[in-house]
Amino acid sequence: MALFIVQLLTGLANAMFLFLVASGLSLIFGVTRIVNFAHGSFYMLAAYLASSLAAALPLGPASFYAAVVLAPLGVALLGGLIEVCLLRRIYRAPELYQVLLTFAVVLVIGDAVKFFWGTENRTGPSPPGLSGSVPILGQLFPTYDLAILLLGPLLALGLWWVLHRTRWGILIRAATSDREMVGALGVNQAWLFTGVFVLGTWLAGLAGALQMPRVALTTVMDSTVIVETFVVVVIGGMGSAFGALLGAVLIGVLQAFGILWLPREFQLAIIFILMAAVLILRPWGLLGRPETESGTAGEALRREVGGRLRPPRWVWAGILLALMVLPSLLPTFYVWVLVEILAFALFAGSLQLLVGTGGMLSFGHAAYFGLGAYGAALLMKQAALPMPVAFLLAPLVAAAAALFFGAFCVRLSGVYFAMLTLAFAQIAFAVVHQWYDFTGGDNGILGVWPAASLAAPVRYYYLALLAAVCGLSALWRVTGSPFGYTLRAARDHPRRCQAVGVNVRSHRLLAFGVAGFFAGLGGAVFAFAKGSVFPDYLSMPMSVQSLVMVLLGGIHALAGAPVGAAVYKLLDIVITKYTGYWQAVLGGILVFLVVAFPHGLVGFVQARWARMRASLG
Amino acid sequence: MLDVIDLDAYYGLSHILFGVCLRAARGEVVALLGRNGAGKSTTLKAIMGLVPPAAGRVIFRGEDITGKPPHVICRKGIGFVPEDRRIFPDLTVWENLEVGRSVEGNGERRWTAERAFELFPALKELARRRSDSLSGGEQQMLAIARTLMGNPDLLLLDEPSEGLAPLVVRTMAEHILRLKQAGITILLSEQNLHFATRVSDRAYILEKGRIQYEGGMAELSANAEVRRRYLMV
Repeated sequence: MALFIVQLLTGLANAMFLFLVASGLSLIFGVTRIVNFAHGSFYMLAAYLASSLAAALPLGPASFYAAVVLAPLGVALLGGLIEVCLLRRIYRAPELYQVLLTFAVVLVIGDAVKFFWGTENRTGPSPPGLSGSVPILGQLFPTYDLAILLLGPLLALGLWWVLHRTRWGILIRAATSDREMVGALGVNQAWLFTGVFVLGTWLAGLAGALQMPRVALTTVMDSTVIVETFVVVVIGGMGSAFGALLGAVLIGVLQAFGILWLPREFQLAIIFILMAAVLILRPWGLLGRPETESGTAGEALRREVGGRLRPPRWVWAGILLALMVLPSLLPTFYVWVLVEILAFALFAGSLQLLVGTGGMLSFGHAAYFGLGAYGAALLMKQAALPMPVAFLLAPLVAAAAALFFGAFCVRLSGVYFAMLTLAFAQIAFAVVHQWYDFTGGDNGILGVWPAASLAAPVRYYYLALLAAVCGLSALWRVTGSPFGYTLRAARDHPRRCQAVGVNVRSHRLLAFGVAGFFAGLGGAVFAFAKGSVFPDYLSMPMSVQSLVMVLLGGIHALAGAPVGAAVYKLLDIVITKYTGYWQAVLGGILVFLVVAFPHGLVGFVQARWARMRASLG
Repeated sequence: MLDVIDLDAYYGLSHILFGVCLRAARGEVVALLGRNGAGKSTTLKAIMGLVPPAAGRVIFRGEDITGKPPHVICRKGIGFVPEDRRIFPDLTVWENLEVGRSVEGNGERRWTAERAFELFPALKELARRRSDSLSGGEQQMLAIARTLMGNPDLLLLDEPSEGLAPLVVRTMAEHILRLKQAGITILLSEQNLHFATRVSDRAYILEKGRIQYEGGMAELSANAEVRRRYLMV
């Protein structure tokens, strides 16, 4: 019983941190409709900043508390700067580009932390006066956690007061349901957005600063916390600060008891299973509101760039010829780079079918890439199939998983769809990561080499090229087929489609399966090129990478995905050569691209082309 | 007070308004009539800056406000009450009014929650209620009251009688006439000719994005030919 109570209290203390981060994310999303991936980065930055401030300030024991107050303020200021300088420029761009921009901020802050504080784990200072433990029913409980348990409800109350008793809070709540109307009533949205962003990042920063004496500070704090925060926000309801409280308490307590009672295999997956369950049964969260049709991802995707660039056949033939000849001219290293680009071109191309043609924003597409890779490896290693058979069957593994998960996902739309794809991807990741007997857990599977007849780099390259050419042309055929047109119609106006007798869900499900298949093909190409598979292939950073590639190329440009994949991979290689901080440089380039080319590279060329043709008459 | 000159507007790629010209003098109630899809709402939204005008100009009190953001246009003294009312459902009635309240209050502050409740006494008892529990008529009153809190000199009302019970429509007409007496210029879009006749001084008829008729309300009532041709009544 005593253990139970102490574990419950620990869970609740953890929940207070989750609540702070999640309420900030939720407020920002509610008003600006931006899914802010950088939110966890502000949390991490504040934790590091606070630990340095606590050591540097000459205030004796008070330094700790001064740092806890100052660090979140500094981070909030930075958040405000980022909103004013970057986000404000792209509120009218498709939501996806906003996601890309916040992801760029993640990269830059991540490297900044590595640069200033190093990559080794750090322990924060202990809180003066609160560093001991108090006995509760004979069990020791940290005094600091007890203080957090008192502080948390106070902060929640303060937040409630701001949201319900101040004019500013009322405006925030009004903008959460209809920001355009708030503007028409004379409120300057720009400053409201900035204000909310500052408040939200301050909350994340406060959580980070308060967390400093409790956990080791690591450079992966940002991604850990952002994933958990997504879960909390989805469970509680996007845009609802009190949903965030409820979600945080559920997750905090569940995790605390999960560690005690659940087998290892489930500990990672449990919160995502809960998230998936909530999304399936009550997609808008426990305290959220159903999303109205306007303001979903589909809405933003509707704006297409005018003018289609249709290069004549000889251009394609030329590109293909170049790709055929290139490997014999290049050093082996670059042949493998090309193979990777081809694998990612398939991965990104399949995502583009979902996102661009189908209007379905997926945050978990890496699941199918990774399952293709694992499918290939397991079919070869566990089922002892010959490599070519494993290679051909692997995409079917991914497609089967996509059809199964997709059946639940296609019932939702917009951000909720994105969140459910993320949940399923995280479940798949957790299973692969923890099931040591079958998948090798985080040790991965080694020795996944192509058959002897295909092992030479150039030979394997031709196999990859064949797969990519077949895969991409199939995807393009699908996009240009009646099925593809129906998908686009369903993206632009789902209700009208239903009214003329289109089964929108079954079309979307089929698209999801097709996308899963070709992502899986990409995964298989990748697995044999690398000779090994790891759980990372299914992870969220991988999903985000594929989104970045699609967005780089332009979501509505057919050639966008391969171009995006190539540019991304080459940037990665070139930048890594010159600096250890390639993520920061990449982030900077992404920021530039999003602000300068809000329709992607190919989209930009298409628009130029259309304008040039128009001016020539 | 308001001059709209050769206004063109698009929704995405579809051309909605073609050279719309209209004006409203100080203290007038002007009706914008026409069938569904004629472009009435788009005209009001384009004046308000909610739909960016592609060509033409909007002049308000001698100042060109074309293409300015909605909050700037609102602060210049134009209030907009949308067709679907767009009440903030999570907020109470009083909080809805608070969102509309002008903090700048150019000159003397004229509208307060109290004064709005004087005009719409039914709202007073509902002040602390969540506004999604209101009836259609109450929501329409709240939407108007909320816009009044910004102290507009010109009120754009998009189909104020739509979806209201006949008795409520009659009170709505009285409310509009009272706002006119208070010195507010009103431009309203309407499909209900009877209602428009009761409250308006002049009327424009819009069809397929073009102004087809312009004249006094009394003349329009007398002109059966025009009414039959454009309004099918």
